[in-house]
Amino acid sequence: MERKISIEQTLCRGCNLCVEMCPKKVFEDGEEISPEGFKLKKVANPTKCTGCKLCELFCPGAINLKIEEKETPSYSPRLRLGRGGPPEARLARGGWRETKNPLTPGKYFWQGNKAVVEAALACGCRFFAGYPITPANEILEEMAKRMKVVDGVMVQAEDEIAAISMILGASWAGLKAITATSGPGFALMQENLSLADMTETPCVVVDVQRAGPSTGQPTRPGAMDMREVRYGSHGAIQRIVLYPESVQELYDLTIKAFNLSERFRTPVILLSDAYLAHLSESVEIKEKIDAFDRIYIPGEPPFGPTPDFSTPSMPRFGDGEFLSITGSTHDKLGARSTADSGIQEELISHLQNKIIKQKEELVDCEELFLNDAKIVVVAFGTVGRSAKWAVREARKRGKKVGFLRPRIVYPFPADKIKELSGKVRKFVVPEMNQGQMFYVVREKISREVVSLPQPNGQIIDPRRILKYLLGEGW
Amino acid sequence: MNIHELRKLYLKQEKTTFCPGCGYEIFINCLLKAVEEMKKKLDDFNFVEGIGCSGWVASNYFKADNFHTTHGRPVAFATGVKLANPKLNVIVIGGDGDTASIGGNHLIHAARKNIPIAVFCLNNFLYGMTGGQAGPTTPINSKTSTTTEGNADIPFDLVKLVLGAGAKYVNRYPTAYPHLLVKGIKNMLSADGFRFMEIISQCPRQYGQRNQMRWASKMLLWQKEHFISKEKVRSLNDETLKDKIIFGEFQSLKEYLELLREG
Ligand SMILES: Cc1ncc(C[n+]2csc(CCOP(=O)(O)OP(=O)(O)O)c2C)c(N)n1
Ligand code: SF4
Ligand code: SF4
Ligand code: SF4
Repeated sequence: MERKISIEQTLCRGCNLCVEMCPKKVFEDGEEISPEGFKLKKVANPTKCTGCKLCELFCPGAINLKIEEKETPSYSPRLRLGRGGPPEARLARGGWRETKNPLTPGKYFWQGNKAVVEAALACGCRFFAGYPITPANEILEEMAKRMKVVDGVMVQAEDEIAAISMILGASWAGLKAITATSGPGFALMQENLSLADMTETPCVVVDVQRAGPSTGQPTRPGAMDMREVRYGSHGAIQRIVLYPESVQELYDLTIKAFNLSERFRTPVILLSDAYLAHLSESVEIKEKIDAFDRIYIPGEPPFGPTPDFSTPSMPRFGDGEFLSITGSTHDKLGARSTADSGIQEELISHLQNKIIKQKEELVDCEELFLNDAKIVVVAFGTVGRSAKWAVREARKRGKKVGFLRPRIVYPFPADKIKELSGKVRKFVVPEMNQGQMFYVVREKISREVVSLPQPNGQIIDPRRILKYLLGEGW
Repeated sequence: MNIHELRKLYLKQEKTTFCPGCGYEIFINCLLKAVEEMKKKLDDFNFVEGIGCSGWVASNYFKADNFHTTHGRPVAFATGVKLANPKLNVIVIGGDGDTASIGGNHLIHAARKNIPIAVFCLNNFLYGMTGGQAGPTTPINSKTSTTTEGNADIPFDLVKLVLGAGAKYVNRYPTAYPHLLVKGIKNMLSADGFRFMEIISQCPRQYGQRNQMRWASKMLLWQKEHFISKEKVRSLNDETLKDKIIFGEFQSLKEYLELLREG
């Protein structure tokens, strides 16, 4: 056996481990000093070496120990690193596809929570993780039954932090993933939602709102998280948030939530509430669904910034791309950069702009009587049902009122409101909370905006809104 | 290939930012050697890490798929990755604070559910990255930045904890015995189901300095004094066994308690 020992001086950290741990005292202090102030080492007595290999295992790579063993193993480690994924990983994938709905087209009579589950499965979601909480429980229970049938994965997690962690992990493993919770659970998810923003990870989070704060009234509806979903995370960037008003819309907007999430590589929040979740209505199922799958182009950088604020390509684990996903500030390849202000600024700008630049496409509103309206009722989700009835009744009584209901709550359709504010005298915002979206509306315009809050855990009675529109106060 | 060459091949940069003498370097070396001896490549594995010095091991240096997640949550993230694609070989690398304090809940549930992932817990007895505060594994009387008079709380025995939660394969090795570490890592990587390994690792910067062991070598000698292999345990009398921590491989809580003479 012939042995050659050398030390690559630039890699020596002066930790002293070789000197102290070599049983044969082969190493000694050299003359040079490391930046940390430690003496670099030298090989002093190479002939004493017995080849125990301890030194190289203790050393951070400086010691180069060459021991010619008689039988060199037939195996030589493949030096080909990267692009080592399966052949299919070398093809681009993703984009729009028309897919057949697995259910027979026609009318179904479903509870709101059930509609979410069926829509998720229909557009290809195959991973659910969740933790029991009223009023979202039926989603968890239904997923437990349905995921089995479609060969998907359903995990009952140990808590909501685990649930969101799991769906983000699953998303990078290549599956469309979803979780469902309510206010208290949503609060626990905030840290990892922020990670999802930063790592551009698609996923859908359903927040079935209930009357809060805190445990509040778990079975009663509320719209208590309207601001939290958008601004609750540290370093809140942009969020896409949808709020349907009916079981049909819950179905349609669940599909839309997945499509937006996959297209923009961002978490999408689907709001619901204790009323919608347990309401049973008929849902019309069409034969075909338009589904968007995240785009992957082999070899493209997996993170922003992109030249035109477009969404970057998304590989999955196992594609052979050496994916480096981190919540730390990173460059396009995922390499961490924790102190460079330029990289931080570019990344934030990318995360912001990849959504904001597409904001026209992200406007989805129901509008009624806006042509001649002097007063516009702006309502979100369930409250829209009451407000719409009240507006219609008020018009029968000659009032010039209109109705605006953004299905996509965020990015907030600010341009639309601004445009209306040119001809409208007043906006009113009825809400099942103490006034949250009121502030968002008011922030955008200089017209009068009136808050109609009702945080009592009850659906807002349409007659109450009507009375207000007829001038009887709130 | 020797360690020098393996590091050149598999690490994104040759010089790390770990402090001189940090045990995490030994873990990196042993992991690379284990992978090589198993005739595998590093990128056959999918790494998931939390936040801490331990979180930098794979995320900053390994040429392989990795997910650097949030503090305490890597086990939950890894569960999602593994269940979504069972073909992936999923490895978690976490600190003791990461896996056993903030992430303790995920650890015990993954063990209970036998989620097929390998969890490597780098136990340096405290919170390294944030400046050396006491953690769930800080030994009694040890000095840390939050226990300057000595720690009064009883630390977790992670082997006992994870076996108690239902894990079928757990091992513990100190960095003072790198050849055993290599063996332990190989067994971890080839076992099935949920696997947990506690690597007792020296942190000269935060722990050593405060506890009269400024040099890494001194910490390794301390390890050699205080840790004893399970094969040697039987020959000790109860009194000497009291101050020792057992290392080796363990398949059941019953076996472990018997070795501790608590059975
Ligand atoms: C939620 C959260 N809380 C606190 C921190 C701050 N933090 C970063 S690293 C760390 C401790 C790391 O200690 P350990 O897990 O033992 O790893 P080590 O640095 O010792 O390897 C803490 C508390 C954080 N990043 N996230
Ligand atoms: S073990 Fe390596 S890094 Fe440490 S002193 Fe010796 S040669 Fe230098
Ligand atoms: S192989 Fe063993 S004997 Fe030879 S220099 Fe290294 S530690 Fe010393
Ligand atoms: S602080 Fe401790 S654990 Fe962290 S790099 Fe330094 S020596 Fe290693």
